[in-house]
Amino acid sequence: MLNNNLSKEHQIFLKRVKRRKNLIVLTQIIILLVFFIQWELTARYKLVDPFLVSQPSRMFKFLVKLYGEGMLFRHIFVTCYETIVGFLLGTVIGTLISIILWWSDFICKVLDPYLVVLNALPKIALGPILIFWIGNGQPAIIMMALMISLIVTIISVLSGFKEVDDDKIKLIKTLGGNKFQILKYVVLPASIPTMISALKINVGLSWVGVIVGEFLVAKEGLGFLIVFGGQVAQLDMVMVSILILSIAAYLMYEAVTALERRYIKYRS
Amino acid sequence: MALLKIENLSMRYHTLEGETPALNNLNFEVNSGEFVSIVGPSGCGKSTLLSLIAGLIHPSEGKILLNNKEIQNPCNECSKIGYMLQKDHLFEWRTIYKNITLGLEIQGKLSSENIQRVDYMIKKYGLENFKNYYPQQLSGGMRQRVALIRTLAVNPEILLLDEPFSALDYQTRLAVSDEIYKIIKDEGKTAVMVTHDISEAIAIADRVIILTKRPAEIKDILNINLSIENRTPLKSREAPEFRHYFNAIWKELDVHVE
Repeated sequence: MLNNNLSKEHQIFLKRVKRRKNLIVLTQIIILLVFFIQWELTARYKLVDPFLVSQPSRMFKFLVKLYGEGMLFRHIFVTCYETIVGFLLGTVIGTLISIILWWSDFICKVLDPYLVVLNALPKIALGPILIFWIGNGQPAIIMMALMISLIVTIISVLSGFKEVDDDKIKLIKTLGGNKFQILKYVVLPASIPTMISALKINVGLSWVGVIVGEFLVAKEGLGFLIVFGGQVAQLDMVMVSILILSIAAYLMYEAVTALERRYIKYRS
Repeated sequence: MALLKIENLSMRYHTLEGETPALNNLNFEVNSGEFVSIVGPSGCGKSTLLSLIAGLIHPSEGKILLNNKEIQNPCNECSKIGYMLQKDHLFEWRTIYKNITLGLEIQGKLSSENIQRVDYMIKKYGLENFKNYYPQQLSGGMRQRVALIRTLAVNPEILLLDEPFSALDYQTRLAVSDEIYKIIKDEGKTAVMVTHDISEAIAIADRVIILTKRPAEIKDILNINLSIENRTPLKSREAPEFRHYFNAIWKELDVHVE
């Protein structure tokens, strides 16, 4: 509620809230600056070994070099692309399988132990098989991202479906609705918040899958840079890639959060 | 004329632990335009009875006839039966208008004629300004009114009310039951309401059916005759006979706290 005639007391209150918010952001920035400056200085004066921990100025030089070769955005694009495809596939396929399991209680009960086993299995262990089956390329990486997020999606979306209020389903039945209409009018719309939180988890898991996949098979991408940098003892390359990776992962997470805010507007 | 006939109706639930009888040989009729309340101890199978009438479940024995046509499961007469649940269960992701037209949408009856009728009801019952609101912007009492209009939108012949006021606080409950009673009478609908609130049952109904503990049988049926004019649920409570009916039903229910 906007009110132009704010009381003095209220103005002071608002100012205090705003100051506190600014202080938090400022402190966050200071921490970041202090971290990089001490990193640079300790490396420059050989308090730590720049060969082992790299150095911001050297990282920056490498970044410029990479950009000059025209490869910087290529690597970023490849990894982001794989991640996005991985997590979209994970979410869509996971939701579709959840719908099937919701539709047929029989199939759901039959598959339950298999889901539990698949969920417990570290999917990374399947890496070598993937390379044999799908080949040494991008599809294997995407597949890895998909496998890591798929089972978690199925389990969380399905539990969302099952938490839908029975009385809301009864309402549709009293209006003469069939099972498909129950799905369309209640179960899916009521589960959108669950699906978005699954999306959030999937973004994180997809990154794990893609980086692991790139460790195993890639010829380009941030995960490839990290592994390659390690192999040729170029810690600058490794550190720069990790830094870019954290920024990209953060931005993607924020994008999903923005999506969430848009979709859940009606809940405000 | 009997709109609804219940004949020798029995219902048993089956679980791995065994068989639980819920309803035992019920027989009664509901006339067109009548308002009937059903009271009984909690857990006696009142809601089961409504689910049976709505065709949501299949009875173990007996028949339910609406206009002399047997109701089956899955429900063949769904569009003629309006069911109102304990809570309003408005869908938060739909506007008030979209909530009201939900039934028409599901039954594929969004004809201009039906939409006109719905628009008319929305105006008549004071929801015009809230059409584009979302449910959480409305008070509990108003939400219950929306739920009733949603039920009436498909133009049912009979309304089944399953403790429709129990989720509201006491004052709202009195006001809303008055309001809902007026709307139902206005629209000339027949109604069967299940409740555990004795006062509410007497205040709103022409007849009260009293059920026994599970498995429910009909213990008694009381005709409610109150010496007041222009009856509404709230006014009914002032009638001198109100107290007598209350005591009679209280005795019949035979409540013991164990």
